[in-house]
Amino acid sequence: MTNSVPVEESKKNATPPRLSVWRAILNTLAVPVLALFSALVLSAFFILISDPVILNAYKNFFTDPGHALALSWQVIANAYGSLFTGALGDPATMANALRVYFATGETKDLLVAFWPLSESLVTSTPYIFGGLAVALGFRCGLFNIGAEGQIFIGAIVAAFVGYSVPGLPWIIHMPLTFLAGAVGGAVWGGIAGFLKARTGAHEVINTMMLNYIAFRLADYLVNGPMKRGGAAGNIPISRDILDSATFPAFFPDPIRFHMGFFVALLIAVLVYVFLWKTTLGFEIRTVGANPRAARYAGISVNRNFVLAMALSGALAAMAGAGEVMGVNHNFAAAFSPGYGFDSIALALMGGSHPLGVVLSALLFGTLRSGATKMQSIASVPIDIISIVQAFVIMFIAAPAIIRWIYRLKAEGGVQVILARGWGG
Amino acid sequence: MAAIAQVKSQPVTFSRQRILGAFYTFVGLAMLYLFTGDTKPDQLATLGMNTIRSVQLIKLPDIIVPVQPVVWTLGALVVILGVWQLVRGFRRTGLLMGAVSFLFLVSFLVWAARGTSFSLIGILSASLQLATPILLGALSGILCERAGVVNIAIEGIMLSAAFTSVLFANVTGNIFVGLAAALGIGAILAAWHAVLSIQFKVNQIISGTVINIFATGFTNFLNQRIFYVTTDLNTQVTFPTISQLVPDLGKIPILGPLFFDQGPIVWTSLVLLVVIQIALFNTRWGLRTRAVGEHPRAADTLGINVFRARYINVILGGIVAGLGGAYFTLGSVGRFDKLMTNGRGFIALAAMIFGNWTPTGAFASSLLFGFADALQVKLQILINQVNIPSEFLLMLPYIVTMVALAGVVGRVTPPAADGEAYEKQ
Amino acid sequence: MAPLLELRGMTKRFPGVLANDHIDLTLEPGEIHALLGENGAGKTTLMNILYGLYHPDEGEILVRGNPVKINNSAEAIALGIGMVHQHFMLIPPFTVAENVMLGAETLQKGVFLDRASVSKRIRQISGEYNLQVDPGAYVKNLSVGAQQRVEIMKILYRLSDILILDEPTAVLTPQEVQDLFKVIRGLAERDVSIIFISHKLKEVMEIADRITVLRNGRTIGTTRPAETNPAALARMMVGREVILTVDKKPATPTEPVLQVENLQVLDDRKQLAVDGVSFEVHAGEILGIAGVQGNGQTELVEALTGLRAIAGGHTRILGKETTRATPRQILETGVAHVPEDRQRDGLVLSYPIADNLVLNSYYLPPFASGVMMHERAILATAADLVHQFDVRTPSTQALASTLSGGNQQKVIVAREFSRPIKLLIASQPTRGLDVGSIEYIHQRVVDKRDQNCAVLLVSPELDEIMSLSDRIAVMYRGKIMDIVQANQVTREQLGLLMAGVKERMKDEK
Repeated sequence: MTNSVPVEESKKNATPPRLSVWRAILNTLAVPVLALFSALVLSAFFILISDPVILNAYKNFFTDPGHALALSWQVIANAYGSLFTGALGDPATMANALRVYFATGETKDLLVAFWPLSESLVTSTPYIFGGLAVALGFRCGLFNIGAEGQIFIGAIVAAFVGYSVPGLPWIIHMPLTFLAGAVGGAVWGGIAGFLKARTGAHEVINTMMLNYIAFRLADYLVNGPMKRGGAAGNIPISRDILDSATFPAFFPDPIRFHMGFFVALLIAVLVYVFLWKTTLGFEIRTVGANPRAARYAGISVNRNFVLAMALSGALAAMAGAGEVMGVNHNFAAAFSPGYGFDSIALALMGGSHPLGVVLSALLFGTLRSGATKMQSIASVPIDIISIVQAFVIMFIAAPAIIRWIYRLKAEGGVQVILARGWGG
Repeated sequence: MAAIAQVKSQPVTFSRQRILGAFYTFVGLAMLYLFTGDTKPDQLATLGMNTIRSVQLIKLPDIIVPVQPVVWTLGALVVILGVWQLVRGFRRTGLLMGAVSFLFLVSFLVWAARGTSFSLIGILSASLQLATPILLGALSGILCERAGVVNIAIEGIMLSAAFTSVLFANVTGNIFVGLAAALGIGAILAAWHAVLSIQFKVNQIISGTVINIFATGFTNFLNQRIFYVTTDLNTQVTFPTISQLVPDLGKIPILGPLFFDQGPIVWTSLVLLVVIQIALFNTRWGLRTRAVGEHPRAADTLGINVFRARYINVILGGIVAGLGGAYFTLGSVGRFDKLMTNGRGFIALAAMIFGNWTPTGAFASSLLFGFADALQVKLQILINQVNIPSEFLLMLPYIVTMVALAGVVGRVTPPAADGEAYEKQ
Repeated sequence: MAPLLELRGMTKRFPGVLANDHIDLTLEPGEIHALLGENGAGKTTLMNILYGLYHPDEGEILVRGNPVKINNSAEAIALGIGMVHQHFMLIPPFTVAENVMLGAETLQKGVFLDRASVSKRIRQISGEYNLQVDPGAYVKNLSVGAQQRVEIMKILYRLSDILILDEPTAVLTPQEVQDLFKVIRGLAERDVSIIFISHKLKEVMEIADRITVLRNGRTIGTTRPAETNPAALARMMVGREVILTVDKKPATPTEPVLQVENLQVLDDRKQLAVDGVSFEVHAGEILGIAGVQGNGQTELVEALTGLRAIAGGHTRILGKETTRATPRQILETGVAHVPEDRQRDGLVLSYPIADNLVLNSYYLPPFASGVMMHERAILATAADLVHQFDVRTPSTQALASTLSGGNQQKVIVAREFSRPIKLLIASQPTRGLDVGSIEYIHQRVVDKRDQNCAVLLVSPELDEIMSLSDRIAVMYRGKIMDIVQANQVTREQLGLLMAGVKERMKDEK
C-alpha cells in the first residue's frame, strides 16, 4: 500500500527516547520563551520613541551615535531593570533580609524584600482564572472576549454576598461567596452561549457588548444601590465584605499573598480533570475540534456551546471574586486593570492547556506586577504590558515568524499524510 | 463570519408565531401601563423642528402632540398587532417587528417629552452624525469580508487613527496632515492584520485581536507619555461643518440641520457609501473581490491572484476605518481621550451583518445604531422625566446591537469563504 | 506535425508520496485522450501541474512544440489550456455570465462591467457548440448537468483548444453522460483536444480515441479502445486480476428493521429534497439506493440518522418511532452510520485513533461510568479493534490525520461494526479509496448482512450498488422511482430510472 510507507520511514529516524524527551520540552518551550523575549525587544522601541530625551539624542545620531545608543541602552536597562526588580525583588535586598532574619529573627526586612515576589503571585491569581476561562472557551471553538465583563460580574456578586450575609461561619460563607460570584459569571457567559446556540450570533460581538453592559452595570451599582456612603461620601465604592467571606492572607502586611492562589491552582487541576477525564469535557473538546463529527457522534453542539460559555464565564468571574475576597475586600469602580483581555494572550501562550495557562499566568502576573514598579520608577506607563501582550500573541499565533527570525527548524517527527488534495 | 453552530432547522414554527404574538401583546400592554401612568391628561409634548440656525430663515412650527391620546392609541395599536400575530400570524415578521419597534419608540419619546420639549430635528441630525463612524466601520468591514477576510480590528484601527490624527495635526499645525496620518495608520495596521492572516494563516479573529490589544496599549501608553506631558499636543482640532463654512446652507429648514450641520467626514462617508455600492456590484474590481470572498479557488483557477486581491481590499478597508477613527477626533470633539471609541468598531461589525454585507444595508443599520446612540444622549437631558439611571441609558446602543444581531443572524449569509485562510496547494 | 501537447518525464513529490513518477503523455489536435487510473493513481496531480496549480519537480511541458513553464492558472489559460475540475469552480450567487467573464472581463467605459456583450458572446458559443447555457441564470439555481455546461462554456469563451475534464461523469445520470459525450465529440470535430480523466472503464472505452493508464504515479501504457478490452484495462489499472463483483450468498431477509413512510425532508434552501419516500429494509438484506448525487440521498440519510429535521412522514426503527429522535437516540437504538464525508463527519482528525474509535460510545460502560472516563478500557478496545480490522498504524495514540484514506475508513468501519447494531446505514463507503480497501469494505458489509443486520447502502456508483445490493431503490428528484430485485434488473434499466424515466413510459420531449 503506497500510503502506509511513510509512517514506517519516519520510525527509522526516531531519536533515542531520553534525548527526545528533552528535545520535546525544548521544542515546546522555545517558541513561547522566544516570543516573550522578542516582544520585550519590540516594546522597547515604544519606550524609546516616547522619551523626549532619547528623541533629542537621536537628532544628533550621525554626529554622536555613541551617545544616542548608550542613552537608549540606559533607558531600556533602567526600564526593564525596574520591571525585573518590581516583579521578583532585588536579589541583594532579599539576601540581606534573609541574613538579618537568620541572625535576629527580625521579619520586617524580610517582608519588605519579598514583597515584589509575593505581589507577583497575587497578580498571577486572577490571571490563572482568566486564562483558564479563555482556554476552556477555545477548547470548544469559542472565543470568549468577554472575560473582562464576566470578571466584573463575579466581583460584584461576590462583594454583595460577602457583605450582606452576616452570621455565617467562614467555612460556609467563604465558599458561598466564591461560588456566588462564579454563578454570576456563568449566567453572564451563558447569555452569549445561548445566543450563539439559538441564533448563531458570533460570540465575539455579543461578549464584547456584554462587556460594555457589565461596565455600565457596575458603574450604576457602585454609584447607587451598592454604594458605601457614610464617611466615604460619594466615592464609588461598596461596603467591605465581612471577614467571614475573605480569602485570608498568610503573612502580615504588606505581604498580600492570599489563599486565592491555592484555590486557583486547585481549579486548574479540576479544569484539567474535567476536560480530559470526563465525558462532558470530551464532548466540549470534540465540539471544538470538529463540530460536525460531534453532531454525528450524537453530541449536542448547541448544548455544549452554552455549557462551555457558562463555564468559561464562571471561571472568569472567579478571578473577580478572588480579587474581591483576597485583595480588595470590596468592590470599587475601575476595579480590573484589563485582566480579562490579558487572559486572551495567556490562554494562547499556554496552548489552551491548564498547565500551560498556570505557567503563563505566573509569567504575566510577574510582568504586570513589575510593570507597576516600572511605571513609578522609570515612568513607563503600565500600558506597555498590552503592547508586549499583542506581540506575544502574534508570535505564538504565527510561530513561523519566530522560527524565521531565530532560524529554528520546524518540528520533526511523523510526517502527516493529507488524504485530500493529491492523487487523482 | 461563519457560524459554526448547526441550528437544526425546525419545521414550520408555529410556536414562534405564538411567542412573538404574546411578546408584542405584552409590549403593548406595557406601553399602556408605563406611559399613561404618570401622564397628566392635558400634557403636551413639543417636538422641536428648528435649530438655532435654521430658525433664522424660517421658523417651522414645532410638532405639538397631546401625550395621553397618542400614547393610548399607539399602545392599543401594538396590543392589536400582538393579538393578531398571536391568533393569525403575519407573513412578514421582520416588517412587523420593525413596526412594533417604531410605534414603541414614538410612544416612548412622546411620553419622555411630556410637559416639555425636545428637539426632534436635533435627534435626527445627531443620528446621522453618530452613525458615521459606524457606517465607516461597516464599510471597512464590507471591503474586507467581501474578499473573505474577517476584520475585527476595526475597533483598534479607529482608536489608533483617532490618536494619531490629533497628534500629527497638532505637531504640524495642519489638520490635513492629521487626517492623512489617520488614513496612514489605518493602512499600516490593516496591512499588519493582512500579513498575519493571509501570509501566516493566523486565525483571523486572533490576528484582529492582536491589533486591538496593541491599539489599546500603544494609544494609552503614548497618551500618557506624550499628551499628559505636553498637553498642547492634545489641543482641540476639528473640521468645520458645512454650515460653518457656508452659513446660508445651515438656515435651510430640515435639510439644513440634517445635512449641512455635518462635517466633511460625514459627507465623505456618504460619498464612499455610494461609490462602494456601485463599485462592488458593477466593476471588475467588485466582481473579483466578491469572487475571492465566495470561492477563492474558483477565482484562482481563472488566473486571479487571490492573495493580492485580499491584501488590497484589507488595506483599503483599513484606510476607510482610519477615516472612521478620524471622525472621533477631527470630526467631533477634537481631542483624544483614552479608549474613546467605546466599542463602536464592534457595533460597526454588527451593522455590517445586519445590513447583509451590502453598503446600503450597512447604511440603514448604522442609522439605527446611530439613532440608539443619539437617543441615549438626548435622554440624559430628559433624565428626570425618564426614571432610568443614566448608566442604563448608556447601555442602550449595546443592547440594541445584541437584539439586532440575535434577530437577524441565520437569515443573512456572509460571503462563503469569509474567515477561511486560502491555501494554495 | 508536432503533437499539440507533450508531457515528458513529469515528476511530482509530496511529503512521503511520489505522486507522479516520470510520466509521458502526448496529445494530438482534435483528439479525445482518456487518462485512466484508480483513485490515488496520480491523474489529477498530473493535470493540476498542467494547469499551473502545482509545480513539477522534474519534467518538461511542450505546447505546440515549444517548451513552456506554467507557473499559475493565468499562464495555462494564456496557452489555451482549460480545466473543468471534479468539484465545480463556480460561484453560486453569481450569474452564469459573471462566472464566465470572471478573470477575462470586458469593460464598458473602461470601468463598468459589460454584461450585455458577454451575454451575447455566450449565446453565440452556446449555439455554435450546442451547449444550451442561459447567461442570465444564477448558478445556484442550475442543475448539476447545466453547471457542467457552464464550466465548459468558461473554457470555450477563452478560446482554449486543450480541454481537461476531471471525472466529469461522476455527477451525471447515464442520459446526461450521453449528452456530454455528444458535446465532447462536437468539440473534437472542431479540433479542440480533450483530456478525459476517469476511473470508469466502460465510459473510457466508449468515448476515448486513445487511453493512457496510470498506476501508482507511473504510466503503465497507452492504447486504443479497438486494441483492448475492460478486463485488460482493469488489469493495467490495478496490476492484478480484479474481481469486479462480490461473492455473496443469496439473501434471507427476515423482519423489517427500518420502516420509512412518506418521508419529507427539506434541504438547506428550504426546498423539498426528499419528497414522499417510502421503503423498508429487512434484517439480513442489503437495500441499495442508487441515483446520481444530489437527488436527495444525502438529506435522506441525514434524516434517518437524526442529523436533519423531518418535515413530514415517519421513520421507525425496530418498531420504535424515530421521526423526532436525536442522533444519540438513534445510535442507541442500534444504528450504525458510515458517513459520506469521512474526514468531515466521521472522524476528528486531531484526535488519536483510540478516541475516534469510541467517538459515539465514550459515555457508555466500560468506557465511562457516570461522568468519569476510563482511559485504560478505551486503549484496550482500540488495540483490539485496530488488530481486528487491520488498520495500519504504529500506535492507537497516533492522530487520525496520519492515516491514509483507506485506513481512516477502516477506523470508521471498525467503530461502527463493533457496536451491537441492527441497522447499518453506509453512505458512499468506498469513495476515494483504492481497490484493495474497496474490496475489504465490500466484504465486511456483506458479512454484516449475513449476521442478520439490515443494511441500507447509498452510493452513486452503479457498479457498487449492483454488486452488493439484494434490492435496489432508485432515487430521482427526491422520489423513489422504483424498488427492484437486484438480480432481475439491468444496468440500462437502472440508468433510465436514475434519469427519471419510469419503465414503459415514453419521455415527452
